[in-house]
Amino acid sequence: MNDVAPIIEIANLSKAFGLRPALQGLDLQIMRGESVVLLGQNGSGKSTLLRLLAGLSKPTAGIIRIGGWEMPKEAMAVRAQIGLVAHQPLLYDNLSARENLEFFGRLYGMAAAERESRMAELLDRVALRRRADSLVRDFSRGMQQRLSIARALLHEPDVLLFDEPYTGLDQAAVELLDELLGSARQRGRTVIVSTHQLERAPALAARAIVLSRGRISFDGAIEGQTSGELGALVNLDAAFA
Amino acid sequence: MSTGFPSAVLAIVRKDLRAELRSRDVISVTAMFALLSILVFSFALELDKVAREEAVSGVLWVTLVYASILGFNRSLALESDRGVLDGLLLAPISRSAIFLGKLLGNFAFTLIVLVVILPLMHVLYNKPLLSGWLIVTAVIGIFGFCAIGTLLATMTVQTRAREALLPIALLPVALPLLLTAVRATNGILRDTEWQVWLQILCGIGVIYFVMCWLLYGYVLEE
Repeated sequence: MNDVAPIIEIANLSKAFGLRPALQGLDLQIMRGESVVLLGQNGSGKSTLLRLLAGLSKPTAGIIRIGGWEMPKEAMAVRAQIGLVAHQPLLYDNLSARENLEFFGRLYGMAAAERESRMAELLDRVALRRRADSLVRDFSRGMQQRLSIARALLHEPDVLLFDEPYTGLDQAAVELLDELLGSARQRGRTVIVSTHQLERAPALAARAIVLSRGRISFDGAIEGQTSGELGALVNLDAAFA
Repeated sequence: MSTGFPSAVLAIVRKDLRAELRSRDVISVTAMFALLSILVFSFALELDKVAREEAVSGVLWVTLVYASILGFNRSLALESDRGVLDGLLLAPISRSAIFLGKLLGNFAFTLIVLVVILPLMHVLYNKPLLSGWLIVTAVIGIFGFCAIGTLLATMTVQTRAREALLPIALLPVALPLLLTAVRATNGILRDTEWQVWLQILCGIGVIYFVMCWLLYGYVLEE
């Protein structure tokens, strides 16, 4: 596979909830190993786009191709390549951290030995090894989010989707998340992060896509831009969309 | 990387049983409801011996049905309340594996209720409720009911009025299955013609299971 080939291709993608359009005619290509930050006001379609890419939602029209596989026809193959960190941690409260990871590892078809070593490595990386046998319901929001990241990384997906990952995190968890995102980028993973925290955007990715009322209003480099400039971009685009 | 169908089903069943053993969210509520229901019916029918004998199969199935409905709601709420269902849907497994996993979990919980109430009813109502064919009938009826219950609970669990909505949606759909199960149970208890009802129950159970299996993927879509 060519390293600069697009891993995500979106053509004329639309999504409507009833009569309300959430995304309208999106065309987009994201290269393998590229990091992209998704910006936009509430209701601009960021989460909808991430859910479509994760295969949790079906497009009303258009084509999504990930790693050469088309959604939703080849959804199983696509899902194996995707890791999603959503608003909610997607973890079972009544299971321990280890049991949660073990369960999801089984669902991803990981062999026992591979699962065990990967679980140990990830629990270390998200600083939860000592709490591995504690129930998730006893975890703080930050700990749940860290475990959620471990769940998303467990099967070593090519594409990582983060939907507002900084929401509700304390400073230590934010630093850990930054470190994990950096490490994912270094390992050549394609990373898409949606965020409202504009001051973080240039550090997260060199490229930003601004969504406004379901359309792409800006797609380009944001290196060196201040949060004020990005804020103007997001707000002005919303005003003139 | 994708998971084999049996491994995915097994993982979901094992996860449900493990979580339930720890929290007892489903079993405690359903078993308590079933016990109270049987006792209330027993006291209410105590003075009328004929009515009491005629009502046994009805009492058994009404108790099982409502206890199961409580269980379906709680079991599916565990998946949806914190969005965990999305975690299942993200995995490279077939939607049918999710259906079968959840169905087998619900079936196991309802069988536990059956194991609790049958001996008690046997004593309270003085009827041969522990006979082999009656247990077979109950198991088949419960399996069919759990199939429809799992499908419809997955639909209603996303709504705000899920506790009220599930029985309203479920009972009319399950009526043919439940009527047949009651007739078969009645026949076995009175030693009248029951084989044909049991055969019909098997047929309806299979049809419901296959329909729910086929429809489950659509239910999980928006």
